[in-house]
Amino acid sequence: MSDNGIITILIADDTDSDRMILESIVRKSGHKVVTVRDGLEAVEAFAELRPDLVLMDALMPRLDGLEAARRIKALAGNELVPIIFLTSLSDTESLVQCLEAGGDDFISKPYNRVILQAKIKSFIRMREMQRVVQEQRDQIARHNQQLIQEQTIAKQVFDNIAHLGAMDAPNVRYFLSPLAVFNGDVIVAAVRPSGSLMVLLGDFTGHGLPAAIGAMPLASIFYGMVHKGFSLEDILREINQKLKQILPIGVFCCATIVDMNFAKGRVQVWNGGLPDAYIFRAVSGKVDSVRSTHLPLGVLDDMNFKADCQQIEMVAGDRLYLWSDGIIESRNEVGDMFGEERLMSVFRRSVREGRQAHVFDAILRSVENYAGGERSDDLSLIELTMLAPGAALDCPREFQASTNSRQRYGGLLEWSMKLELEPSTLRLFDPLPLLLNILVEVPGLKSHSGSLYTILAELYSNALEHGLLDLPSSWKTTPEGFERYYRERSQRLEALQTGYIHFELVHRLVEQGGRLTIRVKDSGNGFEHQRNIQAADAVRDEGKPDLYSGRGIPLLQTLCHSLRFLAEGNQVEAVVQWGEDD
Amino acid sequence: MPALQGTHMMSIQSCVSDDGQLLVISIQGRFDFSAHQEFRSAYESLQTAPSGYRIDMRETTYLDSSALGMLLLLRDHAAGHGASVAIVNCNQDVKKILAISNFEQLFKIS
Repeated sequence: MSDNGIITILIADDTDSDRMILESIVRKSGHKVVTVRDGLEAVEAFAELRPDLVLMDALMPRLDGLEAARRIKALAGNELVPIIFLTSLSDTESLVQCLEAGGDDFISKPYNRVILQAKIKSFIRMREMQRVVQEQRDQIARHNQQLIQEQTIAKQVFDNIAHLGAMDAPNVRYFLSPLAVFNGDVIVAAVRPSGSLMVLLGDFTGHGLPAAIGAMPLASIFYGMVHKGFSLEDILREINQKLKQILPIGVFCCATIVDMNFAKGRVQVWNGGLPDAYIFRAVSGKVDSVRSTHLPLGVLDDMNFKADCQQIEMVAGDRLYLWSDGIIESRNEVGDMFGEERLMSVFRRSVREGRQAHVFDAILRSVENYAGGERSDDLSLIELTMLAPGAALDCPREFQASTNSRQRYGGLLEWSMKLELEPSTLRLFDPLPLLLNILVEVPGLKSHSGSLYTILAELYSNALEHGLLDLPSSWKTTPEGFERYYRERSQRLEALQTGYIHFELVHRLVEQGGRLTIRVKDSGNGFEHQRNIQAADAVRDEGKPDLYSGRGIPLLQTLCHSLRFLAEGNQVEAVVQWGEDD
Repeated sequence: MPALQGTHMMSIQSCVSDDGQLLVISIQGRFDFSAHQEFRSAYESLQTAPSGYRIDMRETTYLDSSALGMLLLLRDHAAGHGASVAIVNCNQDVKKILAISNFEQLFKIS
C-alpha cells in the first residue's frame, strides 16, 4: 500500500457489466484496479501483481471463486490480503462456504456503492493494523535473537573464566542450568597448589544481567587467588570486599565456600545465606547439616565481615552436598514447596535401598517429579566426595602446584630486610604491626598472622626487656612482681639512651610454602639462655603451666621450626616453615 | 589486599551481670603487656567479688606470653574466692597459643 492510502485492487468477475460497474466504483475511490474474467486468471494476476485486496465473484468458469480464494490465500502466506466475495447467492450455506474458503467478507449484488467503499476502507485499516502487528512481532523476534546472542557471548566470557577450574574433577558432580549465570547461580571450583579442592556455590539476588554481572569478578578473584595458594579466609574477604564495592545495595550473593583437604580428611565450610549444606556419611548413613552462620557476600564492609569457617572431619567416601534454594523452594502444581523434609527423605530412602551412591540423581529426579516433570532453571546442585589422603586432582597445566604459579603473583616472594631500631624509636614506636604488615604481603602467609605475631612479640620483648632493659623474669612470680616488672619496663624504656635492636628477615620459597628466618640481635649483654631453655623444658615437660612467666620460649619452640640462641644469648634465630595448607 | 585489622588498637571492656555474679571482660585487638593495668583494674576494682569470670576473646586478634601471664594472675585472683575463669569465643590462632601452654588444664576454653 502506498502512503496516501491508495491500494491496488484485483477484480475477478466473468460478467462484463458487473465487472465494469465495480471497476468504476473502485476507481472513483482513487484506487488502482486490475480486472480478470475467471478464477485461474485471478490466481495468475495475484501471483504477478500482488494486489492488496481482492473482489471476487463466487461463481466463475474454469476455476470458481472458492478455489481461487484458497490458492490466493496460500500464495499470500503471512500477509493479510482481504478477499471480498461478490455474490448473488443469499442462502446461508453458500455464504458460509465463501468464508470457509478463506474469504474475509461478502457483498451482495446489486452493489451498494457506499457500503462497498466503506468495506474497502475498513479492510485497508485492518490490513494496516496487521502490517504494524507483524512489524512489531518481527522487531521483538529480532530483539530476542539479539538478547540470546548477547547472553551467549556473555556466557562464553564467563565460561572462559569458569573453565579454568576443576569442575571436571572425578569427585565433583554438579547440576547447573545452561543459562544459570543469568539466574544468578554460579559454581566455581579449583585446586589449590597444596592439592586441596576449593568450591564455591553462589546465588546472586535477582535475575538476568544484573544477577550475572557479579559472577565475573567473583569467578576471576576466586580462580586467581585459589591458584596462587591464598587461604579461604583471604579469598572470602577479597570477594566480599569487591562485591560490596561494585554491587548496588540490595544486590548480594548468598554463597557457600568449601575447602576440601584430602590429606587431612577435613573440610572447611563457610556458609553465608544459602540453605544448610549436608554431609552424608558413607558408613553410618547419617546426614549432618552445615548451617548458614554468616551474612551473604557483598553485604558487610571488610571491618565487620566475618570469615571464620566450620571445620568438619570427613572420611574417604563421605559426600558433601551444596544447593541453591531452587531445590528446596521448587513448587508443585498447587504451589507447595519441596522443602527440607522431602530432601532429607531422599537421603533416608537411598540408605534403605542401599543406593547411597545415587543420591545426586535421586535428588534431581525427586525435585523434578515433584514440580510436575519440569526441571526448573533455578536448580543448582553440587556433590563433592572426600577422597583418600594422597589423592591428587588434575588441575590445568598452567596452574600446576609449584612455586612457578606463585612467582607470577606480585606479592613478596623471595626477599630479605634489615631493620635497626635505636633508642628514640624504641621509646615510642611499636615495630610489631609494621613487621606483621610486611609479612602478610607474602602470598599464603596471612593465614599464619596469629602465630607470626606471637613469634615476633616474644622475640622483640626478649630483646627489649631482657637485652636492653635488663629486666629479670624472676620478678614475675607474684602479682606485685608482675606489676613491678611492667612499671620498671616503662621507666627504663623512657630513660633509654643507648643500644639497638636489629631485625633481619629472610623469606625463601619452598615447595608448597615458604621458609621465614627471623634473626634478632640486641646490644645487651645476653642472658643465660641455656638455663632459660632448661627452665622452659621444665615448664613444658613437668606440666607446670601455672607460672606467671617462662612461657615465651616454649611458645617460640613450638611455633617455630627451629630456634637457636647465638653468641652470648643476645642473638636469636627463629625459622618458621609454613605450608600453604595449615 | 585488605589492610590488616586490629593491629593498632587495643581496648578492654568489662561489665558485671545484673546479679553481680559474673564479670565479663572483653579484649579487643592485641592482648599484650600494654593491657596489663587496664586488665587488672577490670577485676580488682570491683566492690564485691563475682563467682565467675568470663574473658571474651571474640575480637582478640593476637596474644603473647605476657597476656598468658595476665590470665594466670586473674586465675589466681579468682581462685582466692573460689571463682572460676572461662575464656570464650577464641579464634583458631588464640586457641593455638592457649593450647601450646596447656591452658585448657587451667581454664574452660571455648
